[in-house]
Amino acid sequence: MEAEVRTSPTICGMGHRMKRKEDARFLFGKGRYVDDIKLPGMLYMDIVRSPFAHARIKSINAERALAMDGVVAVITGKDLEKYNLHWMPTLMGDTQMVLPTDRVMYQAQEVAAVIATDRYIAADAVEAIEVEYEPLEPVIDPFRALEPDAPVLRTDKGKTDNHIWHWEVGDREATERAFQEADVVVKQQIYIPRIHVASIETCGCIADYNPVEGKLTVYMTTQAPHVVRTALALVAGHVSLSEEKIRVISPDIGGGFGGKVPIYPGYVIAIAASVLLGRPVKWIEDRSENLQADSFARDYHITAELAATKDGKITALRIKTLADHGYTDAAANPSKFPAGLFSICTGSYDIKHAFVEVDAVYTNKPPGGVAYRCSFRVTEAVHAIERMVDVLAQKLDMDPAELRFKNFIQPDQFPYKSALGWEYDSGNYPAALRKAMDLIGYEELRREQAERRARGELMGIGISSFTEIVGAGPSRHFDILGIKMFDSCELRIHPTGKAIARFGTKSQGQGHETTYAQIIAEELGIPAAHVQVEEGDTDTAPYGLGTYASRSTPTAGAAAAMAARKVREKARKIAAYLLEVSEEDLEWEPGVFRVKGAPDKSVTIQEIAFAAYTNHPPGMEAGLEAVHYYDPPNLTFPFGSYICVVDIDKGTGQVKIRRFVAVDDCGHVINPMIVEGQIHGGLTMGFAPAMMEELVYDEEGNILTGSFMDYLLPTAVETPRWETARTVTPSPHHPLGAKGVGESATVGAPAAIVNAVVDALSPYGVTHIDIPITPYKVWKILHEKGVV
Amino acid sequence: MAKQTVTVTLTVNGETHTAEVEPRLLLVHFLREHLNLTGTHIGCDTTHCGACTVLMNGRAVKSCTVLTVQADGATIKTIEGMAENGKMHPLQEGFHVEHGLQCGYCTPGMIMRAAELLAKNPDPTEDEIRWGISGNLCRCTGYVNIVKAIQYAARKLREQAAAGS
Repeated sequence: MEAEVRTSPTICGMGHRMKRKEDARFLFGKGRYVDDIKLPGMLYMDIVRSPFAHARIKSINAERALAMDGVVAVITGKDLEKYNLHWMPTLMGDTQMVLPTDRVMYQAQEVAAVIATDRYIAADAVEAIEVEYEPLEPVIDPFRALEPDAPVLRTDKGKTDNHIWHWEVGDREATERAFQEADVVVKQQIYIPRIHVASIETCGCIADYNPVEGKLTVYMTTQAPHVVRTALALVAGHVSLSEEKIRVISPDIGGGFGGKVPIYPGYVIAIAASVLLGRPVKWIEDRSENLQADSFARDYHITAELAATKDGKITALRIKTLADHGYTDAAANPSKFPAGLFSICTGSYDIKHAFVEVDAVYTNKPPGGVAYRCSFRVTEAVHAIERMVDVLAQKLDMDPAELRFKNFIQPDQFPYKSALGWEYDSGNYPAALRKAMDLIGYEELRREQAERRARGELMGIGISSFTEIVGAGPSRHFDILGIKMFDSCELRIHPTGKAIARFGTKSQGQGHETTYAQIIAEELGIPAAHVQVEEGDTDTAPYGLGTYASRSTPTAGAAAAMAARKVREKARKIAAYLLEVSEEDLEWEPGVFRVKGAPDKSVTIQEIAFAAYTNHPPGMEAGLEAVHYYDPPNLTFPFGSYICVVDIDKGTGQVKIRRFVAVDDCGHVINPMIVEGQIHGGLTMGFAPAMMEELVYDEEGNILTGSFMDYLLPTAVETPRWETARTVTPSPHHPLGAKGVGESATVGAPAAIVNAVVDALSPYGVTHIDIPITPYKVWKILHEKGVV
Repeated sequence: MAKQTVTVTLTVNGETHTAEVEPRLLLVHFLREHLNLTGTHIGCDTTHCGACTVLMNGRAVKSCTVLTVQADGATIKTIEGMAENGKMHPLQEGFHVEHGLQCGYCTPGMIMRAAELLAKNPDPTEDEIRWGISGNLCRCTGYVNIVKAIQYAARKLREQAAAGS
């Protein structure tokens, strides 16, 4: 059921399809992205990158570059070594080179930086720098990385092999017993390839060190400005950059999707250059650098098994995974969760026994661990379980919808404790799947499929009934570098009843300026149009962990509601004073306190705000404001059911998505228009890796997909025409009953697509296809299986 | 070696500019850095993403692949030139009303491409719109609402044309 809309269109609280407050500046070409900012005396930085995946640097000769007009400096690892800044810690507790002094560890790794008066001169100078390399044997295949004679990559850490960590969760023995006792066991290798978020704005920064004040301001493409400030202070404290002297500003961000969480070497080199030169230094990476060197997502080699009874009750799940982490530990996750929230892999199903283990290895590829628009490793988990349910259905010759209904956690089982330790807050999985089946006409499609199959045509129907896990904290479990994963809102009401609210998160297109304003409008009755939302400036915003993993609404959105409720409590006291009644005699409706039984005696929130500065009760502090740091009691568990219908061209192997119905449930909705937009975008970023995107390396570690020529993003032509709908199951612990939504569709969509393609090919003995499902891959299968 | 420069004259959003530029200077850098028209964005450097799309003599071009000297004498229109007297162009309005933008980075290029599309085809089908903007990448919206925004603008422009004739 939809949440009741409680406020007028003027107030525009929750449930209104409010047009976005942030739109105007973007539509008039007046957005302010990092590269739009120009400071007086600003210099430009460009980077020399390694052509080799693994090599020793024998020499770097910058003479020719330094002789060029307009070249101000060349910075190498040896220069940074003098200040002990050539290495830095990563957000995932590993270490990473800023610039190398000895070896390079992946193709396109930063080798040296040029600072010049103009970006064209900087690019010229990059070409003029001569680097002599001694190529070393690269380790590209993660299975090869574990062989005893493989070159050891992280000798700097004293390692004697390439194994990073082993992590396991669940009951190994009980799961083993369940497998031994099972009527049916299915097993499948599933590779979830390395992909790249490729936000349309690449990464960059302007580092502006003021030598007189000793203050560093960094304009930066970051999703988590406060964490960056603290990390910089921890890294550079020894060169007098202490935290109060660092200001990180995240201006308008052209898409993030997780790729703008890590602290890339380019940022740090630009900061070092600005400190050394005392002038602002701008660094903006180009697309090739972005695809080749910025952090990747996924790269999980999964072996999954399900045990079941012969009538289709799943009894156990077992997963073993090898994770290719590249040159640094790619566990870009809360510190206690090296494989992120991968243990959500029991999914929407009541599975009594489960055991999961993950091993991570180093290879000569760029560092990684960004999530690609999903909560930490949730797509990997969802893809595994949703594929396996279909593999089992095929084995049992059972309809995949029927198998899902048979195994769903039922609505009366919530809060549900999963075998791997999570407490799911709320859900109604059968309702979502039933709704998706009704919308798409499932039974009719199955009849049509039977007819087409009889004629030798290839049509498939795929289902994905996913459960997400988003909104980290709670802080007792979740931290990054020890910083607890709460988030914050600082709300101030001005005398005329308008408001400013500042947050520790940072929108990259999600529409926070609108949705946060609507939350405050809902709670205080101040029109959302009168609530100014600001984020991304560490000098003004309250501390927060940033926007990723669908955490903004679960954490900062909740903080907004809680701060507004604190303001309302003070407003109630002022109202009682103004109306000369006791607080208990007042009742609240959005924007007004009325005297019970005398509704014409009332005072508006605007009148109260004015009184807070002009006529506040004796003994009370003046002003009307509140701060809230919200630490969620649990994560939120959005879910949904997606159904995809495909037709396959036998001649070319091309898969055509005929229809795709997405039923999502993110609890109470703040702005339905924005939620639909998030789902559309999320679905497209689920479609992309399912059908097109993959970062491919050859055996020497050369990237074969280093530009948009080879790394294919969906255009408007390939992108399916999404059909969306919702069910509403509120979160019982979130103050607004809301759950995160930005990533659900990315997580849920790929399995629906693969399941549809496999379904189309299942009469020919196909049980699985790894993504991306390219026409060539399908064409080969059609020929190998003798379909054509 | 002294830098070689060439004198160019361009009319951008109705204003004429004469400048000394290096022959290799890209039009997008001229617009962004010499004229401070930063509404035109750079997303890929290889003519794939379309974030830098502007109108050159009425034709949508990707300004990261046009040299400023090639635009000598040309009339250029950028996103900053779309609104008239502070009033949104129907395309800008359509993107706002239909929620056709999220991060906003691809939006100016998308709008400029759509402007050319609607100038040539005032009543495009959905397929024609989708093919028409297929040289412009958006990572946020899944294109659903971009298509609706262009349809909105097409309707409004046709109504305006009908009212004007």
